[in-house]
Amino acid sequence: MGSIPITRSIHGNWGWHLNSWSNGLLGGALIGLSATLLLWSIGRIAGISGILNGLGSAPRSDRGWRAAFLLGLMVAGGLAIQFISHAPSRMQTGSTPMLLFAGLLVGFGTRMGNGCTSGHGVCGLGRLSWRSLAAVLTFVIFAMATVFTMRHLIGSPA
Amino acid sequence: MKSTILAFVSGLLFGLGLAISGMTDRQVILGFLDLFGEFNPQLVYVLAGAVVFTAISFRFVLRLPRPVFATGFQLPAATAVDRQLLLGAALFGVGWGLIGYCPGPALVGLAGGLRDAMIFVPAMLAGSFTHYLTDRRGKIGEE
Repeated sequence: MGSIPITRSIHGNWGWHLNSWSNGLLGGALIGLSATLLLWSIGRIAGISGILNGLGSAPRSDRGWRAAFLLGLMVAGGLAIQFISHAPSRMQTGSTPMLLFAGLLVGFGTRMGNGCTSGHGVCGLGRLSWRSLAAVLTFVIFAMATVFTMRHLIGSPA
Repeated sequence: MKSTILAFVSGLLFGLGLAISGMTDRQVILGFLDLFGEFNPQLVYVLAGAVVFTAISFRFVLRLPRPVFATGFQLPAATAVDRQLLLGAALFGVGWGLIGYCPGPALVGLAGGLRDAMIFVPAMLAGSFTHYLTDRRGKIGEE
């Protein structure tokens, strides 16, 4: 404790605070709209890890929509961050072993726990699923404990 | 064909939402997770915007007899809070806290050519595949 919470506010090319509550709510609403469209049109849950995992293991007839969704995600997101100056720089340098280790944990954990921030967070909470609420609380608490350990006990920023 | 196009549009909206809200910057995520440092509430706004939206819209959508372009809704069948769920979520949480990437923003970062994401995503796929191999039941269900 003791330090004052500071919200980083960074101006994007579009001349507004990209890191502000209004952008958060707008971006969140777009994500909610995306999940709604997917459920309404083809009856599927917009969970990124689940969609990605099924790309390799689902029946062949169940792979097209997954590829299309992920392509859309990467096209729109990849282009958008080119036009947002607050976007993380290409030169951003996490330690390579740490990136690899964290990637392994995220891949393994989301498959084991059947979902990530989008599936359990956005969709699971939207469905008022207790199972998803338990998952969200678990991963947020463990993530916060990890950041606390790394930043305040060990003093190694990621 | 229609379902493929709609899935693509849905992906576009999702990617745009992540980028506009700053979720593709892993330092913003780490800021949210850093309760005792420079706490950054951005993720709270994003999750609130998304969950309020889905909590309302899903009620209406799930009242329909079926989706518009499919024979039925495919919702996760599991409802139990079991060891698999909690252990998986805990492992995911540790990885998320170490670097600040979860799957969506990492894929967007990869598409945007971010160096960190280009290292993270292959490892993430390897982790997922490792679980698939160790768990021969090979569940597909996503949430």
